[in-house]
Formats: sequence, structure tokens, C-alpha cells
Amino acid sequence: MLRSLFRPLTDRRAERMLGATAVSVVLVIVAMIVFIAIEAWPSFQHNGLSWFGSGKDVDAELGAMVNAGADPSGDAYQLRAWPLLYATALTTVLAVGLGVFIAVLASIFIVELAPPRVRSIVVPVVRLLAAVPSVVYGLIGILVLVPFVNDHLINEGQRESVSYVITLNGPGLLVSVVLLTLMITPIMISIVVDALTAVPRGWREGALALGVTRWRAVMSVSVRAIRPAIVAAAVLASARALGEAIMLSMVSGSKGFSPQPWDGLIFLFEPLRPLAATIAEQSEGIAAPALKSSIYAMALVLLVSSLFLSIGGSLIKRRLRLGTAR
Amino acid sequence: MSVPVGPGGRRSRRDRLLGELRLWRPLDLIGVGAAWLVGILLVLVAASLLIYMGYRGLQYVNLDLLFSRPQPGSDQSQTGGILDPIVGTLMIIVIATAIALPLAVGAALWIVEYGKPRWLARVVESGIEVIAGAPSIAIAIFGLAIFQLPMFSWASFSAADGGGVFGRSFIAAGTVMSLIAVPSIFATTREALQSVPRHVREASYGLGKTRWATIRRVLLPTVRPDIATGTALGMGRIAGDTAIIVLLLGATLQLQAGTDIPGIGTLQGTGSTLTSYVYNNSPTGEGNAPEKAYAAAFVLMLLIIALNVLVAFIGRRRAGNDLPR
Amino acid sequence: MAEFPPPVRRISSEQAPNVVDPATRQEIPEPIARALAPSYGPERLRIDEVSIHYAGSARPAVNRVTLPVRQGEVLALIGPSGCGKTTLLRSLNRLVELTPGATRDGRILLDGDDIDQLEITRLRRRVSMIFQQPNPFPMSIFDNVAYAIREQAMRRPGKAVLQPRVEKALRRAGLWDEVADDLGRPALRLSGGQQQRLCIARALAVEPDVLLMDEPCSALDPISTGVVEELIHELRQNLAIVIVTHNLAQARRVGDHVAFMYLGDLVEYAPTEELFTNPRADRTRDYVQGAFG
Ligand SMILES: Nc1ncnc2c1ncn2[C@@H]1O[C@H](COP(=O)(O)OP(=O)(O)OP(=O)(O)O)[C@@H](O)[C@H]1O
Ligand SMILES: [Mg+2]
Repeated sequence: MLRSLFRPLTDRRAERMLGATAVSVVLVIVAMIVFIAIEAWPSFQHNGLSWFGSGKDVDAELGAMVNAGADPSGDAYQLRAWPLLYATALTTVLAVGLGVFIAVLASIFIVELAPPRVRSIVVPVVRLLAAVPSVVYGLIGILVLVPFVNDHLINEGQRESVSYVITLNGPGLLVSVVLLTLMITPIMISIVVDALTAVPRGWREGALALGVTRWRAVMSVSVRAIRPAIVAAAVLASARALGEAIMLSMVSGSKGFSPQPWDGLIFLFEPLRPLAATIAEQSEGIAAPALKSSIYAMALVLLVSSLFLSIGGSLIKRRLRLGTAR
Repeated sequence: MSVPVGPGGRRSRRDRLLGELRLWRPLDLIGVGAAWLVGILLVLVAASLLIYMGYRGLQYVNLDLLFSRPQPGSDQSQTGGILDPIVGTLMIIVIATAIALPLAVGAALWIVEYGKPRWLARVVESGIEVIAGAPSIAIAIFGLAIFQLPMFSWASFSAADGGGVFGRSFIAAGTVMSLIAVPSIFATTREALQSVPRHVREASYGLGKTRWATIRRVLLPTVRPDIATGTALGMGRIAGDTAIIVLLLGATLQLQAGTDIPGIGTLQGTGSTLTSYVYNNSPTGEGNAPEKAYAAAFVLMLLIIALNVLVAFIGRRRAGNDLPR
Repeated sequence: MAEFPPPVRRISSEQAPNVVDPATRQEIPEPIARALAPSYGPERLRIDEVSIHYAGSARPAVNRVTLPVRQGEVLALIGPSGCGKTTLLRSLNRLVELTPGATRDGRILLDGDDIDQLEITRLRRRVSMIFQQPNPFPMSIFDNVAYAIREQAMRRPGKAVLQPRVEKALRRAGLWDEVADDLGRPALRLSGGQQQRLCIARALAVEPDVLLMDEPCSALDPISTGVVEELIHELRQNLAIVIVTHNLAQARRVGDHVAFMYLGDLVEYAPTEELFTNPRADRTRDYVQGAFG
């Protein structure tokens, strides 16, 4: 105690200064949640829990909000956001599900199977895939994948069968999920690879010394031991997937529609529009108060879910670090 | 050798491999096959992406395009170049990095070197994790709410009739964008600080240096390469982010000064970056000039790759420096 | 069984004055050894002029070592730290190949077959290894012991098949009485000595021919050490055992033959009592009398 009193002033000032920067970062987050919540309030207030419900045409509702002008009546706030929520959940779950599978196999390949020379190619490739801006994925999606899907995968019969509700012309669930998977898999790979390399050497060698084949040793010891890391990777990737706005607004078909799995194969080609993409597209109309509040309400939903996911993911990761530190 | 070969005798490589595979379960063989397939597919996908972008880029990029300003127009041949988006990207990178760097390094220093009270340190760490996981579209829309407040009218410009604050400008976009870069700079700096051996600090205290002097004279120089790595990574994220630009930079084709003050007026004004240019010129945007979009995306990819190479380069040099430690 | 030339002690040029002529070695040790160690079986493992290099180091970690390992005997490897004991041991079931840049010259024969000619997995099923640090897997005691049985099988065996084999292995490792009441307990909760015996049980469950032990007692207290040593004594009836140890008293207690290594060279190989009471080489004498190391 006494020592700290005699510490030179500059030192204490430095501590305060550095502490202030650290705290300011936290204040920004608090401000973020508070501001978005305030702006979102009218939308939730007018809709209550049915905000999360379905039954109306979302796109028509959003259009009406723009038209309602600067001083909207309470009715103008009406929003049934279910199709957007569903689209977000659907793309996220499919992409993360597919991504976990790919990421685990790819990580095993990188850590256990690839000869050093191959590894020295794959690792930078993964890093590069992670760094490609989402807008570039979106561009390739809209200019290459979407025409391909439209020309080669969708047939006329399928187009006809749903023409009374939607047009199938390429953008939709399939392209969205493929690109989203490509975007989030590198993040998962890097987490899983780190965990795999951190598996104590004794376990791997112990398994091999017992005459277990290389693959069984990996699956029964290493992959088993890093299950928490795989969960953490999936959780953090979900946070990323559900916030992706730009790429999805380019290739999702941008329609407030809920693709249904029981539609069969058409399901994959049906258009949709997740929350984040909706925010990006509707932000131009933000001068209209009703729309503004709706957009902030969507942002709040996204922010809160990603907050839970990232805190949850980092908790799992931290537990993992303690677990393997033997 | 005089030692005779036992009953097993010599066997060809192929025999041994087949013998080994006979000890494997069929499902495991499929697993190995799948892992190789995924690894090779990843490389193929990345290669085709790069080759395709490179092909399109070289097809449409030329010096004229790089150094002429974009023009409005409905036909691709009349829409000019991408000079303004390039300048806009660089401006955003500079502004955002300038804000993020001291924030992130300061926070990392405080966490590692002081970090008391403990609960506050933990709150700060989770806070930064939350930023890292927050969708950039949510951060963007938050920024819009902030910069449309009357108290921030200086950061952009207001409608002539005394109406609302526009809230979109380089200052606004750059400031908000800095949040995107904070987590990576923070993470690399913190990790580097934590890996500085304790005896280095103790030696410095032993010489009678204060904590702050130790930080400035000993720790910061030691972790500078890591800060550089984090910064380059952060710059990559800044250059690649679209959502914040679309919402907060106004997405005008050319740089448009917000006020008449020279220099500062540009910062208060609107513009575009490579990402928003690609977005707006893709078939989803209004511009619909795919050739220009490809060209801009190519330049953007070059920038990203350059930053990646820089990271690898710093990493390698540092690995070399690490050995004697 | 193929016939092998008798064990030869190598004379390295720089150490020539200190080392006894192999010819005299032949006359004395074998009868003594036979007298001391009750039951020599056939030779299981032969290490023949084996050298091992690690990338980036000028001198080999193991330098042209030749040694026999017989059924029913315990071979103890001793020598100062860094002399290549672990490296030699890890080469016997080709674990050393996991180290990038490690290369081996010379041959190792298992029952007359060059181990390079065997499938690596089959080799490791016959030559199992116990590590210096107990390394039970993060699963239950039962799953640890059943691990190799399960993973070696082409199809996963049921619990009914596993139960008796697990019990037998635990009994042989002298752990059964301590853990029988709760085999579902996580193995990592066991004490260090119990963990090491669990690792031994895990290896015994699939009945290897040769057991390699790398300082198996270095992490254990004297009581656990005693239990493990007793275990080694019993196991040698059915197994060929190679044990690396820093503890000379232990080498004397459990070893039937002792090989003394120094800086990668095999300096002396002799029946235990002979090596400790009447070492031929000065280096060996210095070492066993505690003059260096
Ligand atoms: N992975 C490796 N890469 C390079 N050199 C190594 C490696 N492992 C061991 N060595 C070197 O090989 C030599 C022999 O090492 P080894 O581990 O076999 O010694 P040891 O006799 O087991 O020692 P200790 O009694 O301390 O366990 C040492 O000089 C060591 O530095
Ligand atoms: Mg050793």
C-alpha cells in the first residue's frame, strides 16, 4: 500500500491513462447496446411479441413504413419479422453444420496427414480464404454462381411450380449457404488446428505406441479431446454467419420468403433474406421513423444473439485452455 | 551384413502399404479419403477464386482506370475509373487505424501490465470479444445513430434548411471502422506482452525504472513486431468491410467535400471505397457495371494479399529474432 | 528362430583403451548371466549397428549400437542425461519416426524380421511403450484399458468381451484391487503411480511381445516405484522388457542385463551384477560409482 503512494506521478498517470482507453472500449459497447435499444424501442412497443411472429408479408410491411412518412401512425410500425429471423437461422445453421464437418476434416488433414510441403501450401490458402472480403465472395456469387444455378440446376418445371409466389432465377438458399460456408470455414479451421496442435504429445504417441492406426489415434484421442474447441469454433462461426449482411444481400435473392424443406429440391433455390442483409438494404430509407425503428430492432436482435454467442464461445475456449494445460 | 533376413524377408513398399491398410477399418479409410479430399478441395477452390479474379482483373484493369475518377453513367464504358474508391479506401484505413491503434495497444498494456481491479480487466476483455463477434452491420447502424446526433454535426454536414445531421462522412465511417480493427490489434499485442518473460520486466525494475518507463523503453520495443502484425490484420479487415462503408460513407461515386474548409471538408464529406464501389456496381447495386466491379475487386484483393504477405513477412522476421530470447 | 551371432561390444576408436576386448567378454559373461538370471528365453529383439541422427546436430544421438533383447529378461539402459537412451528406445517401435528430421541407420530385428519390413501398426502392437510421464487418456479407467482392444479391432467389441480382458490386465498391473469398485472414474483423477500402472495395464491388455519403458518411475514416489518394480519382475516371465532408468539402484534391482551408454555410444553391456561390481570400462566404473553423471 505504502509503496504505491510513493510511486512517481507519471507512473500513476500512465496507469490511469491506459485504464481509461481500456474502459472506453467497454463504454462504446455499452453505448452501442443502449443506443440501438432506444431506437428499437418503438418497434417492439408497437408489435410486442408478435414482432417475432409470422403471417404477414414482411416486404410489404417494410414498404409501407417508407410510405408512412415522417410522422407515422402506430399502425405503420407493424412488423412480423419471422421470415427474416428464419432466413438468418437457416443460413447460419446450414453453413455452420457444413462448415464444422469440413473444418474438422481439413484440420486433421493439415495437422496430421499433409506432408510438410503440402501443409505449407494449405495453411496460407486457408488464411487467404479467411481474408477475402465478403463483397468479393458476393460478386463472384452474383456473377458466376447465380447464373450457373439459374442455367444448369433449376429446370422449367421447378420454375413453373412456384411461379405464383416466387420467381426462381438463381439467387437463393443454395448459393447463400455455399458462400457463407466458404466464408466461415477458415475461421473454424484456425481454431480447430490450434486445438489439435495443442493436444499433448503424450496422448498421441501413447495411442500410436499401442498399435493403433494413425487415423484411429487421431479420432479416438485428439478429436475426442478437442471437442470443446470444435464447439467453440462452431459458436464463434455462428456469430460471424448471422451477422453477414453484404454478401447475403447480393446472393440471397432478397425476398422476405421462408424456404420450406418439404418443398423438395426447390427448397435450395428459393430466395430469402436474413436480418443483416435486410438492415443493409433498408438503411437508405432510415429517414422514415417507422422503418428506422424496425431496422434498429433487427440490429438489436442480431447484436444480442452475437453477444451471447461470442461470450459463450470464448468461455468454452477458455475452459479448454485450462483443461489442456497439463 | 552377416545377419540373415528372417522369415518375413524383404517386402516391397506396396506390399507393406497394403498390409498396413488391411489393419484399417473401412470407415477409417473413407475418413482419410475425405480429409485428403477436403484439403485438396480447399486449395482448388482458393486457386480457382484467385485465378478467376486475376483473369478478370487483368482483363479490365488498366492504368487509365486506376487514375481516372468515376463518373455517373448508365453504360459501363462511360463510368470512368476507380481513383476515388482507391483514395477512399486508403483514407478510411488511415483514419481507422490511427484511432484503433492507441486504443487497442493501450487496452492491452493496461490489461497485462496493470489489470487491476481484476473484474474490470475481465469486463474489458469480454467487451473486446463482444466487439470481435458483433456483426459489422450492427456496429454500422450504431454509428449512424451516433453521428446523426446534433452534437456530432461537425463530423459530417447538415441539411441546408437546418434539418437533420446527415451523419455520413469519412470521419464517421473511419471512426466507426476503427472498432473493427481493435480486436486483432488488441489480441496480438496482449499475447505478445504475456509472452515477454517475467525476468525481462524484473531486470528493468531492478535498474530502478518505473513501470511506465519499462513499458516505453523495454516492452513496447519488444512487442512492436506483434503490434505491426495485429495492425496489418486489422487493416485487412478495414479494407474488406463493406457494411460500415455502405451505411456511413454516403456511397457517393466521387469524394464530395462536406464543407468548404480545405482538407477537413473532405473528411466531413462523403465518398466511396473499393468495397462499396464493388457492391454498388454489382448487379445488385444501382451501377450495374460488372467489369468495373471486377476491376475494383481485383485491386481490393491485391491490397488484401499484400497485407497478408506483410503479416507473414513480419512473422518470419520475428521468428528469427525470437530465437536468442 | 534364425541364428544370430553372439552380442558384440563395439569398440569405438577414441575409447579403445577403456573398453575390454569383446573376445574376453564372450568367455566370462554368459555363464554368469545364466547363473544370475534364471530363465533366458529366445532372443526377441536385436539391435544391430543402429545409429540415429537428428536433423541439425552434428553428432549422432545414438552411434552404432548393437544389443540383444531376450525373452524373459529385463534389459536396463543407463547412462548420463542426453546420452541417447530415449532415442534408442523410441527407435525400437519406430516412434522416433514421428520426429521430423530424425534418421536411423542399421537394423532392428524383431524375431528375425527387420522392423522396417513390418507394417508399422503391426510392429507397435508387438512392441509397446510406457512413457516417462504417465499419459492416461482423458477418459474413464475402463475405457483406458479397453482402448487398445477396441481400437485395434476391426469391429468394436462389446462390453462382455472387454470386461474380462480389462480385469485381467488390471490384475497383472497390480491395480485391480485399488480401482475395481469404480472403473468409470476418470483416469486423470488417479494418483501418479496409479496412472503409470494404468498405462502398463493399458499396454498389457493387448499382450505385446516386448515392453519398452522409458524411466517409468521417475514421476513416482518410492512406494509406487516399489510396486512398479515388483510388477516388472513378474512381467519378465512372459515379455522381453527394456527399461531406461536414471536410478542405478533400480537398474540393479530390476535389470538382468545392463547396457551403459555415453554420448550415443554403447560403452558396456554386461550382466547386471558384473557391470556393477566389476565394470570393464573406466567410464562405466566412474558412472556406477557416481563420479559423473
Ligand atoms: N527431437 C529432437 N531433436 C533434436 N535432437 C534431439 C531430439 N531429441 C533428443 N535430441 C538429442 O539427442 C540426444 C539424446 O537424447 P535422448 O532424449 O535420447 O537422451 P536421454 O538419454 O533419454 O536423456 P535423459 O536421460 O535426459 O532422458 C540429446 O543430445 C538430445 O539433445
Ligand atoms: Mg530420456
